[in-house]
Amino acid sequence: MDTGFYGDYTLFVFVLVMANSAAQISGAKNLSATGDLVVNFFEWFGNIGIFWARSFWTALSPPYEFREFLRQFDELGSKSLPLVAIAGAATGVVLTLSTRDSLIRFGAKSLLPAVVIFSIIKESGPIITALVVSGRAAAGIGAELGAMRVSEQIDAMEASAVNPYKFLVATRVLACMLMLPLLTLVSDICGILMGWVANTAAEPISLQLFIHNGFKVVTFNDFLPATLKTVVFGLIIGVISCFQGMRASGGTEGVERAATNSVVLAALFIILADVLLVRLILVFFS
Amino acid sequence: MLSKQPSETTSKQANGEQTAPPIQVQSLSKSFGKQTVLKGINLQVARGETLSVLGRSGTGKSVLLKLLIGLHKPDSGSIRVNGEDVTKLPLKELNEVRKTVGFLFQQAALYDSLTVEENVAFPLRRHSKMSNAQRNKRVRELLASVGMEKDSHKLPAQLSGGMQKRVGLARALALEPAILLFDEPTAGLDPITAAETDDLILRLQRERHMASVVVTHDIHGARAVSDRLALLRDGEILIEGTFADLQKSREPFVVRFLNGS
Repeated sequence: MDTGFYGDYTLFVFVLVMANSAAQISGAKNLSATGDLVVNFFEWFGNIGIFWARSFWTALSPPYEFREFLRQFDELGSKSLPLVAIAGAATGVVLTLSTRDSLIRFGAKSLLPAVVIFSIIKESGPIITALVVSGRAAAGIGAELGAMRVSEQIDAMEASAVNPYKFLVATRVLACMLMLPLLTLVSDICGILMGWVANTAAEPISLQLFIHNGFKVVTFNDFLPATLKTVVFGLIIGVISCFQGMRASGGTEGVERAATNSVVLAALFIILADVLLVRLILVFFS
Repeated sequence: MLSKQPSETTSKQANGEQTAPPIQVQSLSKSFGKQTVLKGINLQVARGETLSVLGRSGTGKSVLLKLLIGLHKPDSGSIRVNGEDVTKLPLKELNEVRKTVGFLFQQAALYDSLTVEENVAFPLRRHSKMSNAQRNKRVRELLASVGMEKDSHKLPAQLSGGMQKRVGLARALALEPAILLFDEPTAGLDPITAAETDDLILRLQRERHMASVVVTHDIHGARAVSDRLALLRDGEILIEGTFADLQKSREPFVVRFLNGS
């Protein structure tokens, strides 16, 4: 492992420790405006950590909410699939057109299928899928749970002796985690197919040859970690959107805030997590 | 309109037949940040008895109801529901107590994505071992008891406020609770629908003999459905007794509240 990995690890541990401390000292002292901002920042981390842990532990204990999980899994998949397919296809076209131009200049045009497939599988497929789903699903979950919170539906659920962390949160988070890799596969396939179409429009090549040339340099170690890292993106989308929705307050304005914050924070943390995950994948799978 | 007659339990208590009241609140205090909402509240509600909690907006009436089923944690004091102190129970045991309590929320709080019958079936699906046929029969009975059997396939958004409250009431009754809590049951309803809702509450009370707490601004509705009334001011119970007791009071706030001026 290189020293950069230790740097990332240290930063991660530092954030966790500070988050825990901030959650405990928040409200206990009068701090300056900047101090409040810093404490609020770390308090958010502390609270979302506690929220995640609570949802995780309740999800482990029976009875399990299979029915609600399947409903969420179906809803997430069916509503995100067209968007992911279109975004993946568009990425394939753009990547092919821009890469083709660059490779012609360097006299390496024959590498085009390999570069396109490698780029889609390693990075653009997973990240584009995660960002599209974060826009579609995070806003939906944040708004839905936010509306349920402000209209007392979540209180009604608790009053009916049903744990909303198990019924609402755990099912949605798990659906996001398991659906993201499947949607990434769809995005990858659409991207590769449309990359071939874009390439064929400029210079005809059979699909079989395009794929054969492309997969000559792509190994299973390139595909598997890059696709499975989207489980973490799904976790981020699910936890952040559920957290924002469950703590919504203040009527319709609160619902709007929950939906907006869910999308913005999920997208931001997906990109930040990708930095860490790419480094980890390079360390363990290079 | 129907009106509340002295309950069987009240008569029994008058005769000295004492049983532990299903709801016992002692020295209950609750604050949110620097704002103290409830200060040392003491209450008891016997089986078959209805207590209405009155007070101005923001005096902590709804908070009191949510404290009774552990949706909020008090700063101090104890709340015994069916003999269990809900302030000290872990979630699993608290949920067992919650199954014995029905709660009608202010805006009914029906689940948006579920139909009327699915809303009513929700607690049954989770907490009873009924077959589908038994559950459907029970849902039909519950909806019939609140006059909503013809609207079972509608979504909450397709119902009026009064209809939503009726469905909320059917859902609250699904697990045959021993205690029923009402948060502003007639708020936002026209006078005729409000009177019909009060009649429905009275009829269900007579049939099921539950301990009930009604939080309301509606002094006429409270008079119709209650055995006793408690008036909250500044987080404390200013006066507690029958409607006649409140009418006898010379306390200016009580007089103003009863006269609505």
